[in-house]
Amino acid sequence: MNGHPGAMTLGFNEPLIFDRSVPGRDGASLPRLDVPQADPEQLFTPALCRKQPAALPEVSEPEVVRHFTRLSTWNFGVDHGFYPLGSCTMKYNPKLNEWAARLPGFASMHPATPTHLAQGPLQLMWELERMLAEISGMHAVSLQPSAGAHGELTALMVMRAALKRRGDARRKVLIPDTAHGTNPASVALNGWEVVPVRSTDKGLLDPESVRSAMASDVAALMLTNPNTLGLFEKDIARICAIVHEGGGLVFGDGANLNAILGRARPGDYGVDAMQFNLHKTFSTPHGGGGPGSGPIGVVAELAPFLPAPRPVRRDDGTFALEHPGDAIGRVRSFFGNFGIMVRAYTYLRELGAPGLKQVSDMAVLNANYLLHLIQEHYHVPFGDGRCMHEVVACDRDMANGISTLDVAKGLIDRGFHPPTVYFPLVVKGALMCEPTETETRETIEAFAAALIDIAQQAAADPDALHHAPQRTRISRLDEATAARRPVLKAP
Amino acid sequence: MKNPDDIKYTKSHEWVRVEGNTATVGITKFAVDQLGDVTLVELPAMGETVTAGDGMGTIESVKAVSDLYAPINGTVCARNDALEEKPELVNDDCFGAGWMVKVELAEESGVDALMDAATYDEYLDSLD
Repeated sequence: MNGHPGAMTLGFNEPLIFDRSVPGRDGASLPRLDVPQADPEQLFTPALCRKQPAALPEVSEPEVVRHFTRLSTWNFGVDHGFYPLGSCTMKYNPKLNEWAARLPGFASMHPATPTHLAQGPLQLMWELERMLAEISGMHAVSLQPSAGAHGELTALMVMRAALKRRGDARRKVLIPDTAHGTNPASVALNGWEVVPVRSTDKGLLDPESVRSAMASDVAALMLTNPNTLGLFEKDIARICAIVHEGGGLVFGDGANLNAILGRARPGDYGVDAMQFNLHKTFSTPHGGGGPGSGPIGVVAELAPFLPAPRPVRRDDGTFALEHPGDAIGRVRSFFGNFGIMVRAYTYLRELGAPGLKQVSDMAVLNANYLLHLIQEHYHVPFGDGRCMHEVVACDRDMANGISTLDVAKGLIDRGFHPPTVYFPLVVKGALMCEPTETETRETIEAFAAALIDIAQQAAADPDALHHAPQRTRISRLDEATAARRPVLKAP
Repeated sequence: MKNPDDIKYTKSHEWVRVEGNTATVGITKFAVDQLGDVTLVELPAMGETVTAGDGMGTIESVKAVSDLYAPINGTVCARNDALEEKPELVNDDCFGAGWMVKVELAEESGVDALMDAATYDEYLDSLD
């Protein structure tokens, strides 16, 4: 496997930190208590007080540092290598964002600081809201939701409040079969009901199927654009118009906003509410690397219902917090994941408007280049040889019954994070690759070469692929038994 | 594996064995092959009314979570509770020990709309 970035080096074993624990050992040296000791049972409800000390591991500081450093070497992150996890937009997280988020004025600010002493953070939030509104063509933005699915739910709650104001008790939501699983989950949490809509054999939503599904009890359509097949819904404006004519609202899932930044605005094509995944589109850390953030944008009719408190700028240029009477309330303690907002703000200020256009241009170009490089070896069922920001291939043409799972495991041996697999469900054995704009031409070529290498190995030596990965600390896991009989406690 | 010709089928890959006024329901070999290793089966409650074409449960596999659709109209009168401990029965014996529920048929049961094995085989050929 010469030429691939994956290589074997000495790794470290590491037990659970509890297994390192020795009674009496610790890593902290506290000064002697110089005030009278308080009795917790006097301060708190006695029933809530611990009767025995917490079973924390007793370890020294170097043991803690080595423990987590070693565990980190078992991990694979975007700082290690190419991470084409489709639909997740695993772009590189610029270090400049980390610098800004660590500025003491932001990082050390207590969330309960009085507003007159928190003008900087309030200004940043107010400006970020306006930038997101401008990018999306939305009237107003709330930064409160903690992540994408939380944003979906919040937007649906806002829609429900707005429909109630219209005197409308609609509760069905149309969702195409290409949707992310979070969409129907958000609908259910909002107490509404899902009506699935089939996409066409071109992988797109047909305005006529929306027209025939539209009824007086349909509250909304939830639509991701570009959709999870990496295709732009070309009839989006007509689809939105049909929903509006039927008295419904349109939720635009912003999960794939990276493909259209600066080129198309959901508000311009008829979307009434959407969420932004700051941890995807706006380069903030992702997965285990940091919390998400899922602001929502809405049109003017929905704006009064956005969660409170809302940052506002007064006439004298100072910033304050408002609690509008129609707001649905809080959906999150304090203000949301503020440190993530600082990172996204930094990213937007660094790139500016022309930079954002380049982001989406390069994201789409990279995905199309990858598609071009692999299409002779991997079947790509939709899009007629074109895509937006991601390419959805599949295992149909693999020799000897090699499956998408085998391809994914083979990629690990070659030093790449696998793409998203078996999603979207409308593609059998889907391999959903999203390179993002931050990857170089050379990286995309190396990844395509690894995929082609696997296709050739499928024909020449399928058994080796069935046993991949071989070069990792632990080879192929028995995922079925892990899911059927999970062991959730250390023995 | 051949699809047994003494049972009926749906386009969403459930099978139905009608005996008297009761129908046993499971998922087909094709469905099992698509799902991969089944890890969790959620079945409707005893006595629940099910409607043909509507979801009545979920099947979770290592690949995906899928709906289990009711193939006919009726009332749930038995559940294969063994699947709770051993979801792998669905993989090992989908037409036998991996059955899901028994349904007492409603008057308008919808059984006539189901496919026979030959029609289902043709339908499978028409997919990709």
